[in-house]
Amino acid sequence: MSDEHDYKLEAKADISASEASFPPIDYVPPAERPEQELYHSKSWWTTYVFSQDAKYIGVQYACVATSIALVGLFLSLTMRLQLAFPELGILSAPAYYQAITMHGMIMVVYFLTALFLGGFGNFLIPLMCGARDMVFPYVNMLSFWVFVLAVLLLVISFFVPGGPTGAGWTLYPPQAITVGTPGNLWGIVLMLVSLVFFVIGFTMGGLNYVITVLQARARGMTLMRLPLTVWGIFVATILALLAFPALLVGGIMLLLDAVLGTSFFMPTSVSMGELLATEGGSPILFQHLFWFFGHPEVYIVALPAFGIVSDLISVHARKNIFGYRMMVWALVIIGALSFIVWAHHMYVAGMNPWFGYFFATTTLIIAVPTAIKVYNWVLTLWRGNIHLTVPMLFTLGFIITFLNGGLTGLFLGNVTIDVPLSDTYFVVAHFHMVMGIAPILVVFGAVYHWFPLVTGRMLDQGLGKIHFWLTFVGAYMIYAPMYYQGFLGVPRRYFEMYESSYVSTIGLNVFITLSALVVGLAQIIFFYNVIRSVLKGKKAEKNPWKANSLEWQTPKMPPEHGNWGEKLPTVYRWPYDFSVPGADKEYIPQNVPPSEVAGAKVEKT
Amino acid sequence: MFVAFVLFLVVVGTLVFHLWSPYWFTPIASNWSSMDETIVLTFWVTGAVFMAVGLFMVYCVWRYRYQKDRKAEYKPEDKKLEFRLTLLTAVGVVALLAPGLVVWNDFVTVPKNAVEVEVMGYQWGWSYRLPGDDGILGKSDIKNISDENPFGLDLNDPNSEDDFLVQDADLHLRINKPTKVLLRSIDVIHNFYVPEFRAKMDMVPGMVTFYWFTPTKTGEYEILCAELCGTGHYAMVGTVIVEEESDYTNWLAQQITFENALAQNKIKNQTIQLAENTK
Repeated sequence: MSDEHDYKLEAKADISASEASFPPIDYVPPAERPEQELYHSKSWWTTYVFSQDAKYIGVQYACVATSIALVGLFLSLTMRLQLAFPELGILSAPAYYQAITMHGMIMVVYFLTALFLGGFGNFLIPLMCGARDMVFPYVNMLSFWVFVLAVLLLVISFFVPGGPTGAGWTLYPPQAITVGTPGNLWGIVLMLVSLVFFVIGFTMGGLNYVITVLQARARGMTLMRLPLTVWGIFVATILALLAFPALLVGGIMLLLDAVLGTSFFMPTSVSMGELLATEGGSPILFQHLFWFFGHPEVYIVALPAFGIVSDLISVHARKNIFGYRMMVWALVIIGALSFIVWAHHMYVAGMNPWFGYFFATTTLIIAVPTAIKVYNWVLTLWRGNIHLTVPMLFTLGFIITFLNGGLTGLFLGNVTIDVPLSDTYFVVAHFHMVMGIAPILVVFGAVYHWFPLVTGRMLDQGLGKIHFWLTFVGAYMIYAPMYYQGFLGVPRRYFEMYESSYVSTIGLNVFITLSALVVGLAQIIFFYNVIRSVLKGKKAEKNPWKANSLEWQTPKMPPEHGNWGEKLPTVYRWPYDFSVPGADKEYIPQNVPPSEVAGAKVEKT
Repeated sequence: MFVAFVLFLVVVGTLVFHLWSPYWFTPIASNWSSMDETIVLTFWVTGAVFMAVGLFMVYCVWRYRYQKDRKAEYKPEDKKLEFRLTLLTAVGVVALLAPGLVVWNDFVTVPKNAVEVEVMGYQWGWSYRLPGDDGILGKSDIKNISDENPFGLDLNDPNSEDDFLVQDADLHLRINKPTKVLLRSIDVIHNFYVPEFRAKMDMVPGMVTFYWFTPTKTGEYEILCAELCGTGHYAMVGTVIVEEESDYTNWLAQQITFENALAQNKIKNQTIQLAENTK
């Protein structure tokens, strides 16, 4: 990989070479930019610890995110045990509230966001774009270590006086910073400082992901030839860059209220009988700021999952994704609309009633592009040739759980229905199904799919199938019945479950907790599979799933530093040329020129 | 086959559970049955989509399972189909949104003849204030809150003298009377919710929020706080009793007015001072 060369000479040589030995149909316009200089690490520290190689950074993000997720999972099991078997006394009331808060914050922000953007984004974006690395490798490295700092601050909050904050992941003032809520001093301060660092780190990373997609694609890789995985992560990152500032600002203002006694969010109030010195602030202002971030945040988690699912389905059904252009537009429109729906989280917050009309309308409009995506996934299966591999199983599970969770969003989005259902278990069931279960099934499918690329080995498919069935069916049995507790009016965030006098939900509670325990323990199978396969899994053949996208077309698998060897790839088509009539192979990778598949009746892409 | 079958069971099982489980709405005791009806309509529309898409997916998994000699179709787009599906979805969305917004319009339009009841929430209980004969609730301010004046009423406002104070006890309401609840919190955000009434709204310190409903069934109902308000959130329960006019009048007659409460406090303080020989 020589860093000094005259690219103009190379481009001319390419043209004359293609004129000389390849037919004109293989012509691709020359690259617009010179190749970037690649950083070559010299020591163990700069190779494995302070790595600037996006592939290593991706694995680092994935490992840290998964580790903190295990803490979040453990917390959720203690919560469920407390709810179903209170006689065991596993958690006190304050500890219960701290558990639900940290569980929520960890899972949404530190696990899912970090994993999809930092983990999958780093590993897959440069490879799928045909680049050697991200455009700002040093900043990329720093972004990971800032994330680690954020996670450390979060963990430290468990051990400070008063313990971690127990205000709910939504951290609403005044309760978050007044006596009566656990962790209202040190806990909330550390939480907010951790979030500030998280935002800083993901701004650094986010700039990398966005600019690499825009500027570092290989020759011939137009935006409309990018795999939907890249589109999903790309749009999600733009959302992140625009939405995180609201969290940053709201968090800093809350921090100042907590530490300096300012009144951004603190109205006239008494606390435990004492009139507080603060006044004039608006608790609802915090909610606006938080949810202006909070709603795009759920799409930051969902859009990469949507993109990945599209690629998994097409590869494992050997069929082009149906309606690629609409899929791209749907991602963009969902992303844009996600900025004008936030107050559907505030329908009963005491806002002016006129807001209800507006946000109900925008929220239900967003259902249309989302529904189109679901139709297109299922239409990809139609007339496909479906291999029921482990990744395919997980995408089927995703479709069912996303259908369930997404459709219940239509209940809550319709403002008048949100009135009885808000703050009940209906909401808990909805967001776990659509943001917890559906994306995590995609994560698992993606891991089984890309594991050979990262490690050169296959995960055990038999164990994978057991893991799938236990996780999918188990998780469905946790949340599908939970909606009905909401219809009974059972509120969320209750240390002791409300027992309706009409129908007892004790049995349902126990059933949900037992399902949760089964699903939680089933993940041991997954981790055992990963560790064992990393060490002595079956060696994978190159491009084992026979996919078309560029990440599978590197000279070596796993890809080496610089990804592509001497010469960057040139792209001639989209990644969905599967089962093309007239082609002798069932798949045509993106870097295969038309001259090599002369008989194939491909659509021009 | 096995995969398609289990997925089929999951999809159909969801429907079976919905139809045959014992869990459903609590019996409604207010006028907001239109909310229930909108939920039922939403179940029909989303249920149809869930079953249609779910079963179609199951069919595809079975019918197009991998076979060595099968060749998948190569069809990047079908503009007509995509347009039709988009249109169908838009129609479905409008079918849900339109009735929903009509009901919302009712919810935010308080009838002129509604009686006002103030609910005051605090960490972790409920108190209430009812207007006296003048029908007007006196002004209040959190800054006025003291041991003698737990509701923080304005001492200079003549309208507050005859207000009835119901502290830490059951709220009584008259059946079939449209009631506007004025929601105050003195410390943190709470939410006044009775499942059988369906309606709820956050109570935000520094603001007075509201909603209205008409109780339609006599009985005793539990009040649940529906906004996480600290460690005692789950224990912040109260009771509201809906009764006929005559029973309500009896109950109201036993409640203390602000004026009398102040007087009682004054006498109590004088008695204490006398006893302590400090007068």
